[in-house]
Amino acid sequence: MDKKNKVPILSEIFPNGKTPDILFWVGCAGSFDDRAKKITKSFVRILNKINISYAILGPEESCTGDPAKRAGNEFLFQMQAISNIETLNKYGVKKIVTTCPHCFNTLKNEYPGLGGNYDVFHHTQFLKDLLDTGKLKIESGSFKGKKITYHDPCYLGRANGVYEAPRELIKKLDAELVEMKSCKSKGLCCGAGGAQMFKEPEPGKKDINIKRTEEAIEVKPDIIAAACPFCNTMMSDGIKNKEKENQISVLDITELIDDS
Amino acid sequence: MQYLPNIIFAIIFFFSISIFIINIRKIISNIKLGKSIERNDKLKERFLKMLYVAFGQSKMIKRPIVGILHLIVYVGFVVINIELIEIIIDGFLGTHRIFSSYLGFFYDILIGTFEIFAFLVLSSVIIFWIRRNILRINRFWKNEMKGWPKLDADLILYFEVFLMSMFLLMNGADNLIQKNFPENLQYVKAGFFPISQYISLILDGFSFEILFYIERTAWWLHIVGIFVFLNYLYFSKHLHIILAFPNTFFSNLNKKGRFENLKSVTNEVTKFLDPNIDPFNNSQGNEEIPDKFGASDVIDLNWVQLMNAYSCTECGRCTSECPANQTGKLLSPRKIMMDTRDRLSEIGKHISKTKGKFTGDGKQLLGDYIKPEEIWACTSCNACVESCPIDIDPLSIIMSMRQYLVMEKSDAPSEINNMMNNIENNGAPWPFNQNDRAIWSHEI
Ligand code: SF4
Ligand code: SF4
Repeated sequence: MDKKNKVPILSEIFPNGKTPDILFWVGCAGSFDDRAKKITKSFVRILNKINISYAILGPEESCTGDPAKRAGNEFLFQMQAISNIETLNKYGVKKIVTTCPHCFNTLKNEYPGLGGNYDVFHHTQFLKDLLDTGKLKIESGSFKGKKITYHDPCYLGRANGVYEAPRELIKKLDAELVEMKSCKSKGLCCGAGGAQMFKEPEPGKKDINIKRTEEAIEVKPDIIAAACPFCNTMMSDGIKNKEKENQISVLDITELIDDS
Repeated sequence: MQYLPNIIFAIIFFFSISIFIINIRKIISNIKLGKSIERNDKLKERFLKMLYVAFGQSKMIKRPIVGILHLIVYVGFVVINIELIEIIIDGFLGTHRIFSSYLGFFYDILIGTFEIFAFLVLSSVIIFWIRRNILRINRFWKNEMKGWPKLDADLILYFEVFLMSMFLLMNGADNLIQKNFPENLQYVKAGFFPISQYISLILDGFSFEILFYIERTAWWLHIVGIFVFLNYLYFSKHLHIILAFPNTFFSNLNKKGRFENLKSVTNEVTKFLDPNIDPFNNSQGNEEIPDKFGASDVIDLNWVQLMNAYSCTECGRCTSECPANQTGKLLSPRKIMMDTRDRLSEIGKHISKTKGKFTGDGKQLLGDYIKPEEIWACTSCNACVESCPIDIDPLSIIMSMRQYLVMEKSDAPSEINNMMNNIENNGAPWPFNQNDRAIWSHEI
């Protein structure tokens, strides 16, 4: 293994007196889901490239409790939160970046009330900041002129008002950003939130991810850009269902930047 | 007998105001059945939000055509109400256009302005009616709108048409009397009549008596109509003209993604995790019964959620943006609000009948009004909250009911139970070992 690409684990570097500037919160999907793991790796490649001091919790990380809370299990959520906060505070973590809007929202908005106060960033905000400060450079190459549409994750957009950072990153790729008819604060959900990811949908006319995929296909993109591992799954399934895998790919913004 | 009209007016006035106050108090006491929630912070921010969203209608303008029409009706309503002050004083004193002698030319301008607004309101209301009944805009024809809600929406429009027509008819007759019969001194020469002058054209030729009766009848029908309308509010979604203000003032100011952490649960969890307290030993004296977790009926909700229910205008913006509803699921956030209100009124009636505390009537919101199937279809996407023109939060009620189903009833879809078991046992919603969380890092 290339030494430069080793991912530091907080418990392993902490005894050496090293506290990294940033904790990368990987999240359950990012740790275990095959598609989401690719996003995680892309993000880590960027982190390694810019030589930033960071670490992950590894085996000490546990679900933030978001799906439990949205399913109505406040007990389980608070148990998860309190034990995660204990871990984070033990290491004196101050700044967290995560590739999952659900983890982002929970860590940022719901942990403070239980004693966990951190500066929390979604990876699109983080990358945008790196670009603005010149630490990261994008050579617009592979995506030049490509038509990209961006799907707003509910927990990044409406829930936290982050609409522009991901869009600006896409524009930096010299790609053509095309908006779906419902976007930003009116963006249609992919269907995964509120613990729906883990259950069959209720009876209805159509699955939500199919509806959202149709809206995306309408603007004839080459790429659907996502910024959430769950949206990514939902949209990828939608594209497969419509048999468009050969024309349209679903990629996380991190992957776009990593590949550029 | 000379004072008979004044006396009749005073009786109608005090009667309708009293009934109105009684009904408003009923609503307030129903809202107070809700649990407490802290919403008295950041008063300045709250005030500004109320100004912006309720007074300034900033969220209505997001759909520009209806937004502007609604703004016209709203501004018209406020402006024409200035004229009401004069009408009421005239009613009590038996005077006619009492302000005209004090305001002079300014009075003429005022009356002219009122007329223009009355005409604009009339036109907008007719367009609203066409949108509802001829163009049949989809969100007005969903299931929960059948019956009373549909009739209510139409009645409000008919009321407005009636009130504006009477106002203009009254002015039209008055204008003509001023012109054709200047010897009748109580009809002072006052006012511009840019709209009702056309009504005068039609009335031209009638005798003074007939014009007098037309003017008086229109005057009475207009003011009595307003009193009836005032008391109609209690039964109607039109209550939003009042409640939109407190509703936006007390709305949630936090990020929409931040869901309340239940205090009662925090207490239990800290007890559970505290090594000095034996969670199974209850002999320490302070045996409080733990709160019910979540909500199965309206009285388990907080008062802001209940006020939300009374404020709902049934416009259906929430439902039309809801991904579950758009894809044919049973869930409609508007229905959640309407059911909450209907159930709350039912409990309120029960309480006034038994003159005391509500001890149950064998029914509850969850199950009798709202099905678990509706509750489980929500993606917690916040589209309903975002789209509501008066900042109602249907999602918070849905979440309260999920909490009840899961924490009190252990009644969740089986896949959800699996997911929660996994989190409890391995710290992830899927059955993977927590120790394997960083395996991906070997594959870079
Ligand atoms: S939060 Fe739930 S009820 Fe509201 S729009 Fe989204 S899915 Fe529908
Ligand atoms: S909750 Fe708001 S958006 Fe939904 S019907 Fe009521 S007023 Fe309209």
